[in-house]
Amino acid sequence: MKQSIELDSKISNFIESCLQKPNHKSYLIAVLHKIQQHYGYLSLEHMNMVAHRLQVPTSMVSGVATFYHYFRLKPRGKYAISICLGTACFVKGADKVLEAFETELGIKMGETTPDGLFSLENSRCLGVCALAPVITINERIFSKVTAQNVPGLINKVKMEIPMTE
Amino acid sequence: MGNPGSFYKQLSESYHSEYIRSGLLKKIIIQVGSATCEKAAGSDLVWQEFNKLIRASGRDDIVIKQTGCTGRCAREPIVGVFSPNQIPIKYEKITVPKVQTIFQDHIIGGQTVPELVLDKKTQKRYDWVITTCSSRRCHFDKETDLKILLQDHLEKNDLDPDTVRVFHGGCMGLCGREKVGKQHIMMIFPEKIIYRFETESQLDEIIQSHFKSKTIAQKYQTKTDFITEQFFSLYGDVAFFNKQTRLTLRNCGLIDPESLGDYIRNKGYEALSRILEQNNPEKVIEQVMASGLRGRGGGGYPTGQKWKNAVTYTQDPQKYIVCNADEGDPGAFMDRSALEGDPFIIIEGMTIGAYAIGASQGYIYVRAEYPLAIQRLENAIEKARKNNLLGKNIMNSGFNFDVEIRLGAGAFVCGEETALMYSIEGKRGQPRIRPPYPTQSGLWGHPTVINNVETLANIPTILLYGADWFSQIGTPKSKGTKVFALAGNVKNTGLVEVPMGTTLREIIFDIGGGLLEGRRLKAVQTGGPSGGCIPESQIDTTVDYESLAQIGSIMGSGGMIILDDRDCIVATAKYFLEFTQNESCGKCVPCREGTLRMLEILERISEGNGVPEDLDKLERLGNLIKKTSLCGLGQTAPNPVLSALKNFRDEFLLHIDEKTCPAKKCSKLIKYQIIPDKCTGCTLCARRCPVSCITGKSRQVHIIQQEKCIKCGECYNVCKFDAVSII
Ligand SMILES: Cc1cc2nc3c(=O)[nH]c(=O)nc-3n(C[C@H](O)[C@H](O)[C@H](O)COP(=O)(O)O)c2cc1C
Ligand code: FES
Repeated sequence: MKQSIELDSKISNFIESCLQKPNHKSYLIAVLHKIQQHYGYLSLEHMNMVAHRLQVPTSMVSGVATFYHYFRLKPRGKYAISICLGTACFVKGADKVLEAFETELGIKMGETTPDGLFSLENSRCLGVCALAPVITINERIFSKVTAQNVPGLINKVKMEIPMTE
Repeated sequence: MGNPGSFYKQLSESYHSEYIRSGLLKKIIIQVGSATCEKAAGSDLVWQEFNKLIRASGRDDIVIKQTGCTGRCAREPIVGVFSPNQIPIKYEKITVPKVQTIFQDHIIGGQTVPELVLDKKTQKRYDWVITTCSSRRCHFDKETDLKILLQDHLEKNDLDPDTVRVFHGGCMGLCGREKVGKQHIMMIFPEKIIYRFETESQLDEIIQSHFKSKTIAQKYQTKTDFITEQFFSLYGDVAFFNKQTRLTLRNCGLIDPESLGDYIRNKGYEALSRILEQNNPEKVIEQVMASGLRGRGGGGYPTGQKWKNAVTYTQDPQKYIVCNADEGDPGAFMDRSALEGDPFIIIEGMTIGAYAIGASQGYIYVRAEYPLAIQRLENAIEKARKNNLLGKNIMNSGFNFDVEIRLGAGAFVCGEETALMYSIEGKRGQPRIRPPYPTQSGLWGHPTVINNVETLANIPTILLYGADWFSQIGTPKSKGTKVFALAGNVKNTGLVEVPMGTTLREIIFDIGGGLLEGRRLKAVQTGGPSGGCIPESQIDTTVDYESLAQIGSIMGSGGMIILDDRDCIVATAKYFLEFTQNESCGKCVPCREGTLRMLEILERISEGNGVPEDLDKLERLGNLIKKTSLCGLGQTAPNPVLSALKNFRDEFLLHIDEKTCPAKKCSKLIKYQIIPDKCTGCTLCARRCPVSCITGKSRQVHIIQQEKCIKCGECYNVCKFDAVSII
């Protein structure tokens, strides 16, 4: 049994506490959430480690990780642009916003730009339908986005690069 | 065993005296919305700015408080200013510069800023605002319009009409105790006095005394503490709100959702203390059954009956209660607002349910997409535990119960109850066949009651005000209120809570303010991916479980999307089917394969390759999927398509026979063209075209090369001269 990578200590402790509780296997999804939040995605190594630590079959971990849309199995770009494709946003033209991002960034939904800066995702309704169409860039919500705003938004994000680094 | 009644009394008294000591009653309170939607609209910056200004002013009689979302989403961020003894003022669409104006003029200067006031019809400053109850049950005479009657009498008594504003309000929840159909109820601001009267001469008496002699006409004053009083006293003078009946959302936008004290001061946990005191779980179930409350998650199963099932058919001592906060309908946000705005009420409702069925553990299953709701729930659970409202020996009653939050991970099917249970168990959320129902065999094989957020939010209210009172609201078969999330092409998007039996027309036009840009209503979509499109001709249908089912839609969980003449029915049907197809868990064949085949046909039609037989095929296939699918997802997935076919068959035929899309939405069926007379040759479109298919020299008419055009619509969007047309 080789463990080439370490798990963040907070996550490790969380798994430890789950093992003490009844029905400990039921915390699998919660553990995966924590890993994704910390590392950005679920790598094969991490999934194997979770299976080992939580004492569940690897097949169950990968089964769960692939079943739920929320889990990513690939790393995302530095800026994850997520377009809400819920009903309200659809009615207000989210498809046009998506197209605009695709043309502007030159990538398709689910892909990451070669420089690793941007990735394009879709999300389910964020519950902000009244301000549709809505997108998020790294958890920050932008409302009433139009296709015309897109180049400006991307530039704005890019401009912030030196500031955040 | 201790005494829950005295426990509660002590707890609530300590919060009340804390409140009095804080002196808030004598201070100016600035209330800033804090919910996902408010934040998206920029409320964080508003909050910071106010804080900065308060600090700079050095005054200690100005405080700032946060609150959940009121549901007036289109006008957010919303800021309330509550000064002692004045009409509460709500401002809309507040930005940082506007914060400065409000602070200077209103907070410091004492003058309202009329142009920023919410629902700006009040350019004038009224001395009084009257909100009347115009619910059908409250009229002594169904013929008279109370608003007109009031205005007549105000005039008769020589009052300047410019000083008093009269509003039609919704039911204030007083009816249970009043003589139904014999009295009128009205509330007068800023004094927040409620009068009830039976005759016109009594009305004159009230007017003379209140407005002329400026003394309260005590003979007619009603002092019953009615449930929505707090909400009305803050928002009763805003048209969007006063036609609603806020039962489950009554604290949203009123209290600080992170403050247990705020909740308790608004009767929070009184219901729980009462039932623990009475110590009779069966009676709780009886009361919930008598109230006629039905599940708000979509199915409409009687809640009391569900609870009873979990008790009667089993000897198993281990039981669970689950709150379904997965809110899967893409286009609905009722539950999010409720959780963000008033999380304690859901926990109290769950605790009461747990007590009634004898559960010691509960789970709240929340979507991971709602981080703020999760945070507020965590806070609420922690505070409840600290105050002995969760955990061991709740309120010294000997009853033990605790709650844990479990996160979803973006799978629509996990809203379905059996899938949800697998997901809580940490597995793939694939539904199973029922029976056995969860109340027989649920989480880890034990009896489990699963209720929706809004269902649980009704519970404390029912126990507080009685099943009789509750069952008077609504229709014979659907009791109480329902919250709808109004979105799409309607003016006032947001949350609307109305009594069951309200018509769609009232919701869309009276509360929603009609369509944007005066467009024509084409259809209302209710029930999300499990529901249907209701055409304009049927919008006088009332909202209740039976009526909506009868016209081929469903109540659903409360999503309501307004479509206008620019929305294509084929595209909308396709959208929903794409959604369910994508979310199908793949376990059963009819749902997995059937929806895919239906989608292929719809794609064909929207691309202009459909044939007339396709429509019959869609219908046959749809009905087959409905009959043979394993769970509710598949059983309802064809609904959006079938109802669209039933009500808008002509539009499908236009796509098939004429190869046109009347709404100009289906990109394969439209063409972009430049109108030579309007084109100024500014070259903007040519520069922006992603495939460079627009040619033309500067200051000359441009031309789109149709064979290269990908119909992205960029030229149409960027043209400043309306020179691009869609045909
Ligand atoms: C595909 C599917 C999705 C569902 N999504 C939800 C949901 O998001 N929220 C919810 O409360 N109920 C949802 N339900 C209904 C639940 O299965 C269940 O009936 C409900 O939570 C019971 O609570 P109630 O009796 O209080 O309505 C869904 C059902 C199906 C078939
Ligand atoms: S549909 Fe986009 S936020 Fe709801």
